[in-house]
Amino acid sequence: MLIINDLNVSIQDKEIISGLNLEVKAGEVHAIMGPNGTGKSTLAWAIAGNDAYTVTGGSITYRGRDLLALSPEERASEGLFLGFQYPVEIPGVSMTNFIRTAINEQRKYRGLSPIAAPEFLAKMDENKKLVGIDSKLTNRSVNEGFSGGEKKKNEIFQMAMLEPTLAILDETDSGLDIDALKVVANGVNRMRSKENAIIVITHYQRLLEYIVPDFVHVLYKGRIVKSGGKELALELEEKGYAWLKN
Amino acid sequence: MENDQNNLLDHITQSEYKYGFVTDIEMETAPKGLNEDVIRFISARKKEPEFLLEMRLKAYHDWLRMSEPRWAHLSYQPVDYQDIYYYAAPKKKQELQSLEEVDPELLKTFEKLGISLEEQKRLTGVAVDAVFDSVSVKTTFSEILEKLGIIFCSFSEAVQRHPDLVRQYIGSVVPPNDNFFAALNTAVFSDGSFCYIPKGVRCPIELSTYFRINAAKTGQFERTLIIADEGSYVSYMEGCTAPMRDENQLHAAVVEIIAMKDAAVKYSTVQNWYPGDKEGRGGIYNFVTKRGMCRGSHSRISWTQVETGSAITWKYPSVILMGDHSTGEFYSVAVTNHHQQADTGTKMIHIGSNTRSTIVSKGISAGKSNNSYRGLVKIIKRAQNARNYSQCDSLLLGDQCGAHTFPYINVENKSAIVEHEATTSKISDDQLFYCRQRGISIENAIGLIVNGYAKEVLRHLPMEFAVEAQKFLSISLEGSVG
Repeated sequence: MLIINDLNVSIQDKEIISGLNLEVKAGEVHAIMGPNGTGKSTLAWAIAGNDAYTVTGGSITYRGRDLLALSPEERASEGLFLGFQYPVEIPGVSMTNFIRTAINEQRKYRGLSPIAAPEFLAKMDENKKLVGIDSKLTNRSVNEGFSGGEKKKNEIFQMAMLEPTLAILDETDSGLDIDALKVVANGVNRMRSKENAIIVITHYQRLLEYIVPDFVHVLYKGRIVKSGGKELALELEEKGYAWLKN
Repeated sequence: MENDQNNLLDHITQSEYKYGFVTDIEMETAPKGLNEDVIRFISARKKEPEFLLEMRLKAYHDWLRMSEPRWAHLSYQPVDYQDIYYYAAPKKKQELQSLEEVDPELLKTFEKLGISLEEQKRLTGVAVDAVFDSVSVKTTFSEILEKLGIIFCSFSEAVQRHPDLVRQYIGSVVPPNDNFFAALNTAVFSDGSFCYIPKGVRCPIELSTYFRINAAKTGQFERTLIIADEGSYVSYMEGCTAPMRDENQLHAAVVEIIAMKDAAVKYSTVQNWYPGDKEGRGGIYNFVTKRGMCRGSHSRISWTQVETGSAITWKYPSVILMGDHSTGEFYSVAVTNHHQQADTGTKMIHIGSNTRSTIVSKGISAGKSNNSYRGLVKIIKRAQNARNYSQCDSLLLGDQCGAHTFPYINVENKSAIVEHEATTSKISDDQLFYCRQRGISIENAIGLIVNGYAKEVLRHLPMEFAVEAQKFLSISLEGSVG
């Protein structure tokens, strides 16, 4: 589904990702771990198409298409979702309005007519229950005045509403208590299917107890230095990252 | 991203002004230029009583001695006042009983604007006093309103049918020599709207006027007078579009509102006149004097404006708070793009005791435009316990536009409480990227963010107006990312 080949990414001429390779197949869950500042978030932003991150070499192919040739909104409409580490506030724009606009733009891209109101509302209700947020939150402005946990739940809520094929979750677990963590994990697990894939970026093994990955990769200094199964996460938890540096 | 934005900007700025078209109807015009004869011609054409002609002539002579104000943060080529037609009226203007009698060309124009009278009558239940250039063509719903004793008609009709009311109130809020543009308007005003709500009557519908500037090189000089008698209420809406022109068109309107004891007037404007092309050629010059007077105690006047059009906007809807416990409100969204310039704000003059005023101004600047808020809060010595709250926010799109705030606060009474808050912000790349990652295009992301920013003002608009205003906001800012 996603093939990253020899990827190089720079921010303002500083190379963050150097020669990264990764393949994610439909149905798989990959975890990307690693110490701070090794390029985990940079990888996520580059895949999503943030212009502040310049791809200086390599390729990203998504469902057979050159992802780098598409705008961020086209990538989203092709089924790519990024759960933000720091979700952005948009004052005055209600969650409901925001998510309906997003759904309809994606539908337009796919040649579909706007979503019917009853269908939209039913979907809202279902997914609000799924992530345990109430209507007060969806009536408020996007992320404005949300607590840290509410913001993260809101990312999962949006993911559930948009039904992506590939979701990248950038440290969605950071700053969550155990209950919120379970909610997030539950939302992600609901998305798991043969057709979909998920990349979980995290510091901690903790989340992976609830979202069990098929593969774990360690990112260090802009490249993947070690890959393995779910047991690699436990090993990292035990030993830390220092042993990888050599 | 920058390249993307530039391309987008190019793409959007090449799109044509949607409402640019000209209706071909024979005009009866006064000779070009301004002098006593032209004023007498206008007055005679309109069969005006002597007092109005006298007022016009006096204003004209005052105007001759006045000079155009230069204090605003605006720059434009001087207007040649002798190169303007001051009177143009559609030739067929006998009394019309039904829409079938209206010139079909005219109806087509309204249809292009999506505001055909027929549709208005059938669907919305809004009484429309449609001003087509200078002469009101047809007033609907007048009869229903008449049963309540409400007078809502063209200004000319009011002059004929209610000369005493006109005489009593015209110029009582905006004196003929108040300022250069008000004096000009008083001398040459052609038509406009008149509204009187009798004691204790709550007007059951939104009163609405649509203005069109249609004839080439015809200045439009509207005159509006709204009187809300004791304990009455009215919500009044004004909306405008104008066809595309190469030359700049002058517009100098005067609106006067009088609110008696316990009366409330809500005046809403959505203005999207032709702003000129992307190089700053053409476009409307809009010099407007709007002022309300809260005459009686516990009266209230509220201005809400969404200004997206015009090349030059010079406009300060104000409230004079005479009555004790009276309230003045000003809610404004002003958008400028390309080479547009706006210098707009309000004046709140506190005279009575326990008077309150609220000012919420949201400026949005894009392109190479300049957007200034200019506001005066004045609390005179005898105004005990006056209160004002002002909030002036500026939103910038791009780095070539300007946003300026000129607040004047003049407090002579120690019991006053005056608060002023101001913010300046930019649409952040993070906000845009967040929207785009969800599949929302740049244009729609900007529309969404801007409408969110302006929400506090838009919620004061009547529902049918708010929808239109949101559309205009998005359209006028398309592609102007920063």
